Amino acid sequence: MAAKRATRSTRKSNASKEELLQYYKDMLLIRRFEEKAGQLYGMGLIGGFCHLYIGQEAVVVGLEACTEEDDKRITTYRDHGHMLACGMDPKGVMAELTGREGGLSKGKGGSMHMFSKEAHFYGGHGIVGANVPLGAGLAFSDKYKGNDRVTFTYFGDGAANQGQVYETYNMAQLWELPVIFVIENNKYAMGTSVQRATKSPSLWERGAAYGIKGEEVDGMDVLAVKEAGQRAVEHCRAAKGPYILEVMTYRYRGHSMSDPAKYRTRDEVQKMREERDAIEQVRARLLEADPKVEDELKAIDKEIKEVVNAAADFSKESPEPALSELWTDITIEA
Amino acid sequence: MATEILMPALSPTMEEGTLAKWLVKEGDTVSSGDIMAEIETDKATMEFEAVDEGIVGKILVAEGAEGVKVNTPIAVLVEEGESADDIAAPAAAPAAAVVEEAPVVAEAAAAPAQVAVDRSPDYPEGTEMVSTTVREALRDAMAEEMRADDTVFVMGEEVAEYQGAYKVTQGLLDEFGARRVVDTPITEHGFAGIGVGASWGGLKPIVEFMTFNFAMQAIDHIINSAAKTLYMSGGQMGSPIVFRGPNGAAARVAAQHSQDYAAWYASVPGLRVVQPYSAADAKGLLKSAIRDPNPVVFLENEILYGQSFDVPKLDDFTIPFGKARIWREGSDVTLVSWGIGMKYALEAAGELAKEGINAEVIDLRSLRPIDMPAVIESVKKTNRCVTIEEAWPVASMSDHIGSAIMREAFDYLDAPVLKCTGKDVPMPYAANLEKLALTSTKEVIDAVKAVTYR
Ligand SMILES: Cc1ncc(C[n+]2csc(CCOP(=O)(O)OP(=O)(O)O)c2C)c(N)n1
Ligand SMILES: [Mg+2]
Repeated sequence: MAAKRATRSTRKSNASKEELLQYYKDMLLIRRFEEKAGQLYGMGLIGGFCHLYIGQEAVVVGLEACTEEDDKRITTYRDHGHMLACGMDPKGVMAELTGREGGLSKGKGGSMHMFSKEAHFYGGHGIVGANVPLGAGLAFSDKYKGNDRVTFTYFGDGAANQGQVYETYNMAQLWELPVIFVIENNKYAMGTSVQRATKSPSLWERGAAYGIKGEEVDGMDVLAVKEAGQRAVEHCRAAKGPYILEVMTYRYRGHSMSDPAKYRTRDEVQKMREERDAIEQVRARLLEADPKVEDELKAIDKEIKEVVNAAADFSKESPEPALSELWTDITIEA
Repeated sequence: MATEILMPALSPTMEEGTLAKWLVKEGDTVSSGDIMAEIETDKATMEFEAVDEGIVGKILVAEGAEGVKVNTPIAVLVEEGESADDIAAPAAAPAAAVVEEAPVVAEAAAAPAQVAVDRSPDYPEGTEMVSTTVREALRDAMAEEMRADDTVFVMGEEVAEYQGAYKVTQGLLDEFGARRVVDTPITEHGFAGIGVGASWGGLKPIVEFMTFNFAMQAIDHIINSAAKTLYMSGGQMGSPIVFRGPNGAAARVAAQHSQDYAAWYASVPGLRVVQPYSAADAKGLLKSAIRDPNPVVFLENEILYGQSFDVPKLDDFTIPFGKARIWREGSDVTLVSWGIGMKYALEAAGELAKEGINAEVIDLRSLRPIDMPAVIESVKKTNRCVTIEEAWPVASMSDHIGSAIMREAFDYLDAPVLKCTGKDVPMPYAANLEKLALTSTKEVIDAVKAVTYR
């Protein structure tokens, strides 16, 4: 296989070594977790739809770096990375993928439908676009209570064409809701490229029709994501209403596990991986500043591998839910 | 350590595939993400990526091999210095993850039995009664719950400054202010979603639909977001929200404004569905709905809004879901209805009594949960049943009730269960046709005569 070209970022930054190591670790956890999920899918341990986040790690890691206690997040079916980034247990996530009792939803939600009230992670939603008003509703609850918490509402470039997104923009601005709309523009909605879905030159600018501020962000550079995230958070916490971030990113894998990805060339994917990869960028930055950091990176690689393997083991060992679970959690009996 | 690479499943239905092409050869170094092979699944040709790092020590399945079962070892990865020949015959493939078809234990798979039904009176005998319209009763219920709990708020089109399109929210803005009585733009899909999100954020929204016809634009959030989330989250996240508004035919508003959605919503596990007839029930059930930790679809009726009924004068009057009310006891036939259907049922019962036919009239009040035991008990006594509703006949609540009676009281029936429903047509505008499209007191009387063979 072709030797990998070192990925370089030309951006100036005063991020500390500790900060960069943390991003490296958080992004690597997602990457390795997803690779393992792909493998378990291949073994038939994970069923149905399974949408991997590989390639997009910098988006959620950069934005999670801007969050504070009790901030909320909600996303789509491409949700494993979001859960890991907000600190949810990799074992619980993986065991949900395998449909086991130890899964975050006791095996009843699956890859696309997971939640953690504790981590303020409100799903995991399978209906494209639906999580957008839901996220604004979470922000509505914070505004109602009079606190300054912020809700991160993630959705795709494809979802950005759903009508309810614009209904939500309108109300979010009208009521000045503290919600950050994060459009993860990975260039494709299944097999439809952005250009084949809209003539709009950009997605974030559509917010201007409602008076919402926003910006485009380089989603392959975790530092750029974090900086933009801070601007957005500051805007929301200051009760100035919603903010839109259109984060330009790329998914390396197919839409879901069963996507042969014939709508793009292998070269396009390869080029992105080799020249723009978010993890490699941080790695290169660290090594450039101090070649001796290599040992620390190796230690992180090893640690992550162990965490992911432990999650995989747990997800295989945890039993399937008891048959009686079929009938629980349908309604709450007062 | 050598690692086996197994034939992957690359679609939800793939059991075997063709190893179309190897893109690596023995001796190549691979790292995670490198494409190793092309594999033909039952649907498409897919690229197969390496997950682990290593050197391709041995290729076990040659290019072109067809019918390679998922989980068969297809190659071995080795580390620097290792040779594939050093390792003994590849360890047996891990047991394929074929989930054993678990024997379905009848008990575990059976739905939990319905809990014992409360047959106590709704309020103590001798309680002072006040004549109240359904509209006022609904408003009073909301106001009382809003006074008691700051997390309760109302949102919808024209609910605040306009005082409600049908004046149900009259006075609420004055008392509670714009923070808690929220006018929305005309954007059902969006504000239903915002309501559900707010319920997850710790509030108890009452979402008013100007009518339920418009809730079709929002039904995705009622069902996919509100009703299913408790289950999908393994019990972590309920949606304490009320969706309310007028449902069914009003008068002369024709097809797009006249649909009765009872059966649609009542078919959804995770929802509570309530359709009250009287003002007392409207009040007691709406207060229960606001307090309920589950999403409640509360179906009102425009024609009933202005009708007056006695409402008990109590500080805190609630009615539990799943408890039918018996309006009239009788021995000859059971009439089962709810919502505005009760008007026909009661009128018919009055007329029939004059002819010596004593009908027992049951108001279900809530459709999910549903008080089926009340219906079955009554049918066992009367041996005949007619159901009455304004919705369409196909896949109706009446069909659901009829099937329960067949299952649980078949031997008691002296006649088929008949249903009086709206006709199987979109609602017409012309006055005479509209009348024909709805059910009527006469139809109920005729049905009763048919089942009593008079
Ligand atoms: C309402 C709805 N329509 C269609 C689908 C099927 N579907 C699932 S994901 C998807 C593509 C969405 O693409 P995008 O929003 O760009 O997100 P990405 O998958 O790239 O993360 C489609 C069409 C769905 N789940 N929901
Ligand atoms: Mg996309």
